[in-house]
Order: sequence, then structure tokens, then C-alpha cells
Amino acid sequence: MATTIQLRHLAHARSGDKGDTANVGLIALAPEFYPVLVEQVTRKRVARHFKGMVSGVERFELPNLLALNFLLHGALDGGGTLSLKTDAQGKVYSTALLRMEIEVPRRIAKRALEMAS
Amino acid sequence: MTEGKDTVRIAAGQGFWGDWLEAPVRQVRGGPIDYLVLDYLAEVTMSILQKQRTRDPAAGYARDFVTLMERILPDVAERGIKVISNAGGVNPRGCAEAVRAAAERAGVGDKIRIALVTGDDILDRLDELTSAGEPFANMDTDRPLSDVRPQVRSANAYLGMQPVVDALGLGANVVITGRVTDTGLTLGPLVHEFGWATDDWDRIAAGTIAGHILECGAQSSGGNLLRGWRNVKRLEDVGFPIVEASPDGSFVVTKHEGTGGVVNIASVTEQLVYEMGDPTTYITPDGIVDFTTIRLKARGKHRVRVSGIQGRPRTELLKVSVAYFYGYKAVGSLVYSWPDAFEKAKAADRILRKRLKALGLSFEQILTEYVGVDATHGPLAGAPSPEIAEVMLRVGVRGPDRAAVERFTREIAPLVLTGPPSVTGFAGGRPAVEEIIAYWPALVGRDKIEPFVRVEMV
Repeated sequence: MATTIQLRHLAHARSGDKGDTANVGLIALAPEFYPVLVEQVTRKRVARHFKGMVSGVERFELPNLLALNFLLHGALDGGGTLSLKTDAQGKVYSTALLRMEIEVPRRIAKRALEMAS
Repeated sequence: MTEGKDTVRIAAGQGFWGDWLEAPVRQVRGGPIDYLVLDYLAEVTMSILQKQRTRDPAAGYARDFVTLMERILPDVAERGIKVISNAGGVNPRGCAEAVRAAAERAGVGDKIRIALVTGDDILDRLDELTSAGEPFANMDTDRPLSDVRPQVRSANAYLGMQPVVDALGLGANVVITGRVTDTGLTLGPLVHEFGWATDDWDRIAAGTIAGHILECGAQSSGGNLLRGWRNVKRLEDVGFPIVEASPDGSFVVTKHEGTGGVVNIASVTEQLVYEMGDPTTYITPDGIVDFTTIRLKARGKHRVRVSGIQGRPRTELLKVSVAYFYGYKAVGSLVYSWPDAFEKAKAADRILRKRLKALGLSFEQILTEYVGVDATHGPLAGAPSPEIAEVMLRVGVRGPDRAAVERFTREIAPLVLTGPPSVTGFAGGRPAVEEIIAYWPALVGRDKIEPFVRVEMV
């Protein structure tokens, strides 16, 4: 049985910038969540999540840190000193990714909610 | 090289220019450390310093570093601590001379041996290097530098750890640099102390990761930590991170006893992924690091062991940061209150845009954000509650024409009496017109730069 859960219950994250690209490092809150993130939080899904906000997405895996790294290109209105955005340096794109909802097995969702409480 | 040392303690003092001024003082006085490293430079910082130097040739470095040094130099001298910083920005000589004067004022002039690193500044050599076949093509857009050459204000190559190693070899206890990489500030003392070969790529990679963990200050010791943020204790007394490095390249991340914040797997991991590109290929002037080889292990309270790091040979290219004049920008804001706060803010934006259009003003970009609604998460945030207490309308413009941007700044305040009701938050007055100094990342042959790097005692 699968159920829908928001990424923030499965992962924490931090983001930064390089020029007009924001990165989001997505880190599993428990080792058993990592394979779920690898399977569900694909490059395509993330591109769809940020539709209209970014021009392209790349994904890299860091199993040793239970992390995925996403590069969100064209995310910062030019970035650096050019950008007119409040978040000119992409500091909180990380939390925007944590809004994403994914399908997970029931036991994973249960474990995630146990950890939160 | 100091024979027989089996642990070197390197403490982070600043994570950026503007970071907590008490941190370096506490690092120096709060427990044993061998080195204090202070990173002041980001892409944006270099352009700010460049602007300051344009106005005043004696400026262009982090002035508050000098004030700070005056405060801590007596401790540094007494405890035998060495300080390494890229606070020199675009004027490291001016910075080193100011620190020399500060040492005299603090009464420790005879104990402070300052090394100045130069050679990263290639502004005067730019045309000669271009003629010699270095195109300085923009790494993001591939455009040649000739596109913006007349607007160039500064050009600095990113130097690695070598001049820091050389400076320490000369007996310096304060090393002041310009654009030395953040990670080179930490790797330098490790190479100096442990006598690592500069082509021992795994150890070079390990020291680079140590630098990466320190370079943003408390961001690896509980500051800005998302995981379990409510449980991070006493951030008002946050301990900045300290690396206890071993000759084999492994190290422990920790902080001084009795300080606030937290050092754990989560705090270190969040810093590791910060500003990450392709994790298998993190390129620095000193070597290439593979982040997928890093092993983290909790080793008691506020101690995380980092090991297993593998690296690859350095490239023959160095990164160059060119700052050039791009244009002008300004950002104005007004706050609209309940009821219908969001609708009022949207109406004000429509009126403003019609007025700008009627004035015949055009911009490269006009960006509207509604703070409280969509400024950080855009459409992902969904529709706000109709009962939302207030919304900040924030409008920015960018363009090549100063007069147009200036005119825009005069169109914000009039909305107060000529636009939608329930508006406030304009006490700050007219927004400032800002000159944009943009960043042009490029590459240059290592052999064109390194022969010009100098280390001298000041």
C-alpha cells in the first residue's frame, strides 16, 4: 500500500548558488528513506515541480551522505548582483523542494511521522 | 613544517564579510587552537569591495577585519595562534599595512609577523594575457570577454593554498591574501604542518573538505540548520566550527567546550551540500575532490569524524573572477494591510506599471514579488488566505539607463496617496539606485598566473 507524503517529512535540505544556478542538497532523515528519494525524486519530477521557475534541472547522487544534489538552472533572475529577487542567492530553494509530495510505502510514511513526533 | 605534530586545530572565525564579530574573539580565547581562518570573500563581496576601491583607492578590503585584529592580536601573540584570511579583497596590501598599524597600536608590533600574498590581481595584465591567447570566455555563456572589456573593473585569479604554505614557511603568524580560495586558507596550514606532498591528491582533497566545512562559519555548527532546528540550543552563544586534523587526512569537526549550537552528522552534511555542483568533481586550484567518498561518523558529543576522502590531480587552469559594470537597479517596497491585502498590493503593482509605461520608461527587467505570498517559493506557495494580515509589494527594476532607474524610484512613494488604501511601510524614503557590478567567471592557464604570485613580509 502506498501513501502520499510531503518531502519535508523524509528529508532535510540546504541550498546555495553559483551564478544563475541554485543548488538543493536533499538529505534523507533516515537511511531507509534514501532509496525512496532516489526512486521518486527524479530529475523529471523536480523539473515539473519547479515548472516556470527554472530552465533546467540536473541530479547527482551521494549515497555516502544519504543525499541527492539538484542543480536548478536559470533559477535566480540572473543571480548574484544582477538578480532582483528577494532570494537572489537561492538560499531557500531548498525549502521549496521540500513542498513536493511523493508516493511512499505505508511503512515509510509511518516511520517518518513517528520520527516527527 | 613542524616535526611530530599529530593534531592541528583550525578554527573558523568568519563565514563571510559581515559575519558575527564576536566569533573570532571567542575562538581565540575559548580553548586551544593553532590557526584561525577567516573567509571574507564571495563573488558578491569582491564586487562590493571593487566599488569601494573605485571611490577610494585606499579602500577595497574588509575594514572590520582590521578592527577585529586590533582586538585579538594580543591573544594571538600570547597563545602562538596563526591567523589566515583573504580579508585583503581587492587591496590586500592596504589591508596588510592597516593590520601592521593595528599591531603597533595593540602594543604587539614586535611579535606579529605579517605576510602579504599578491599576484591574484590581473587587471593590469588582462589585455596582455588576452593577446597571448587567453580569451577569458564566460564559463556560463561562452561569450568572449571582449563583449564587456571596456566595463571591466577588476579581475582576480583564484589562488590555491601554495602562497599560504609559503607564507607560513617564512615564519608569518598573520597571512593576508586577496582572492585565495576559501578552502586554500585551511588546506595551506595542513600542508605546512604535516608536510603533505602537493600531489598527494587524497590528502589535498581531505584538507579541501576541511576548508569547505569551515568556510561558512557556524553554518556547519548549528547555524542555519534545518534538521531539528528547534532543538539547537543556545545559538546566541554559538560555537564556530573547529577542525582537529590528523596527518593521515582524517579530521574531527567540533567546537569549543561550553559553546552553543550543535556539531552532528546533520550539521556537517548540510554544509557539505551547500553550493554543490557535480559532487564527484569539485574543482579547486589545488586538486579535484570527490564528495561521494566522504565518510562521516559521530564520535561523541559535538564531534564528527570525517575520513575516506579521495581526490584527483589538479587541472592546469585557474578560475578567474572578472567584475564588470553591468547597469543599474533599484528595489522599492510598500506594505498593504488587511482587509484584501493581497488584492490591494496587486492593484498597486498594476498602477505602478501603467505609470512607468506612460512615462516611456523601459527596463531590461521589472520583477514584482509579494512578500508573504510568493517571494520565496513562487507559485508553489499556493494562494494566500483571504484574511492575510499584510502583504509587502516589492518591485525591482534593472537596466542600462540610470535616469530610468532613478525615475522609477520616484514612482513608489506617490502610490501612498494615489493608489489603493491601507498602505504603510514607506518611512525609509525613496529606494536607492544601485550600480550593478556583475561577475564574469572565466579560466586562465595556471602558468600565466603562478610565476607572478608573491609572498612578502609587511
